[in-house]
Amino acid sequence: MATTYAKAEKAARAAQAAEAAEAAEAAETGSASESADAGRYAARLRHVSKSFAGPGGEQLVLDDIDLDVAPGEFVTLLGASGCGKSTLLNLVAGLDRPSAGSLTTDGRPALMFQEHALFPWLTAGKNIELALRLRGVPASERRARVEELLALVRLHGAYGKRVHELSGGMRQRVAMARALAQDSRLLLMDEPFAALDAITRDTLHDELTRIWQETGLSVLFVTHNVREAVRLAQRVVLLSSRPGRVAREWTVDIPQPRRVEDAPVAELSLQITEVLRGEIRRHG
Amino acid sequence: MADTETTTATRPTRGAEQGSVEAGLDALEVPATSRPPLRQTVVHKILPPLIAVALVLVVWQALISLKIVDDPAKLPSPADVGREFENAWLEGRLLGYIWTSVSRGLLGFLLALAIGTPLGLLVARVKFVRAAVKPVLSGLQSLPSVAWVPPAVIWLGLDNSMMYAVILLGAVPSIAGGLVSGIDQVPPLFLRAGRTMGATGLRGAWHIVLPAALPGYLAGLKQGWAFSWRSLMAAEIIASSPDLGIGLGALLENGRNASSMAMVFEAILLILFVGVAVDLLVFSPLERRVLRGRGLLVKG
Ligand SMILES: Nc1ncnc2c1ncn2[C@@H]1O[C@H](COP(=O)(O)OP(=O)(O)OP(=O)(O)O)[C@@H](O)[C@H]1O
Ligand SMILES: [Mg+2]
Repeated sequence: MATTYAKAEKAARAAQAAEAAEAAEAAETGSASESADAGRYAARLRHVSKSFAGPGGEQLVLDDIDLDVAPGEFVTLLGASGCGKSTLLNLVAGLDRPSAGSLTTDGRPALMFQEHALFPWLTAGKNIELALRLRGVPASERRARVEELLALVRLHGAYGKRVHELSGGMRQRVAMARALAQDSRLLLMDEPFAALDAITRDTLHDELTRIWQETGLSVLFVTHNVREAVRLAQRVVLLSSRPGRVAREWTVDIPQPRRVEDAPVAELSLQITEVLRGEIRRHG
Repeated sequence: MADTETTTATRPTRGAEQGSVEAGLDALEVPATSRPPLRQTVVHKILPPLIAVALVLVVWQALISLKIVDDPAKLPSPADVGREFENAWLEGRLLGYIWTSVSRGLLGFLLALAIGTPLGLLVARVKFVRAAVKPVLSGLQSLPSVAWVPPAVIWLGLDNSMMYAVILLGAVPSIAGGLVSGIDQVPPLFLRAGRTMGATGLRGAWHIVLPAALPGYLAGLKQGWAFSWRSLMAAEIIASSPDLGIGLGALLENGRNASSMAMVFEAILLILFVGVAVDLLVFSPLERRVLRGRGLLVKG
């Protein structure tokens, strides 16, 4: 398996180098917005397509996606089940390669999965510590940093807890702390709160908003819950289904902290839901 | 917060309130754990096997007392077998028998471990080796290792190396096979999570793949020990020779030759006892610890 990884990584690196060259070329031809300055965007997708080999030949899942995430921006990606949201996040995370198009990110993004994906052979604290260790934080600094991260997600004293001893909400918070430990500038989240009850999800929304404001991270958050999307984002991007395309975008300028019950949130959610319904109806 | 009128008014304090809501949720959702009391352990764990053993002894004694079987050459009484144990102990032979076999078994097992582990890694991770060796491993796992005793005697002669060869052929396939299935069953989610954290290549193997495969590996070790012990006993029974020293298998064979059923029973009971004791003292606690740490063991 080592060889497979090494190969994939090499390929990814080669692809990134090619992209950088491409971007530099674009800059030379004079379009300033296309410059290779990595600080200008956390992620940039241009004409990204992805198809899988299905039973009836190639199945186009994502078609010509253009998407930018600015530094410090919170974007939610909204779409019906099966429209390719996870596929898109996997591409941005570098776990898979696009069939066509170019994709650049500012460093390696951290990814938080729908399932907590914590390693059950490690305690909560050690899970977070592993992320620090893998990015080369010296052993002497790790423990203090882990405690800081645990405090950030309000889990003081959970260091020695086993994963199975934690509740679903606590696991997602540890997973969030582990993702934050990677110290990436872009945090990708794939429906991280979908399996939680409403009250727990509410509190985690508040946590995420607070952490986002405190850290200045860029977040690309995937969900199929319209209210969740509006509750969290500065910008909501709606994907259509089969193939996934960017159908529409909304800028959300309701001040934070918001609640899902707030009238402006509910109103915009209603509006977006109508459009989403229309998208789904097209396939009926 | 139920009153919509006050929503805006309560906003500034939400941080603090939020913390306490979360603490409440956490407390509600975390299961309370406690160790079972000693009395319960005795009643549920220790008593049942003791009762089972006592029952077997009672039936055994009844067979003799009621003269259902009254040929001591076929079934010795529990007292006869007890006397056999006592004599062996008083003459200082008992521990010698056990040690001869156990030291062979453990050394053979360690050797099997040293060979089976890298072999398992190779089979799991190198495509060509997997295609070539994996079917052979599964085949060997179903072949009773007694079958290897005659050729081993012919190739290696009547000495310890032949015993070790038989043990290896019994245990290596189980150990390697356990590691391979452990690695095959690592959830892809863990691999992907590792990759996003930068655990690729050797670091991925060390931090993610091996720890994730540990339960399968341990199951392989446990089965490997059982196979080691079985094949060793088969080898000792078939190939007993004075220069090999008297282990438990040889004891059984000697008992048969001397038509001493009490001695045969003594040997069988010792073989059973050692096999169970090693599993109970070494492998079961190890396996339980690993599974419990991962929350894969509900009770026990
Ligand atoms: N590895 C793969 N091979 C073949 N088809 C795939 C693969 N991964 C995803 N697909 C297909 O791509 C489509 C989009 O899948 P994806 O998981 O991205 O959807 P999603 O929007 O995340 O859905 P959900 O909201 O249910 O999580 C699906 O039709 C799925 O069958
Ligand atoms: Mg998905």
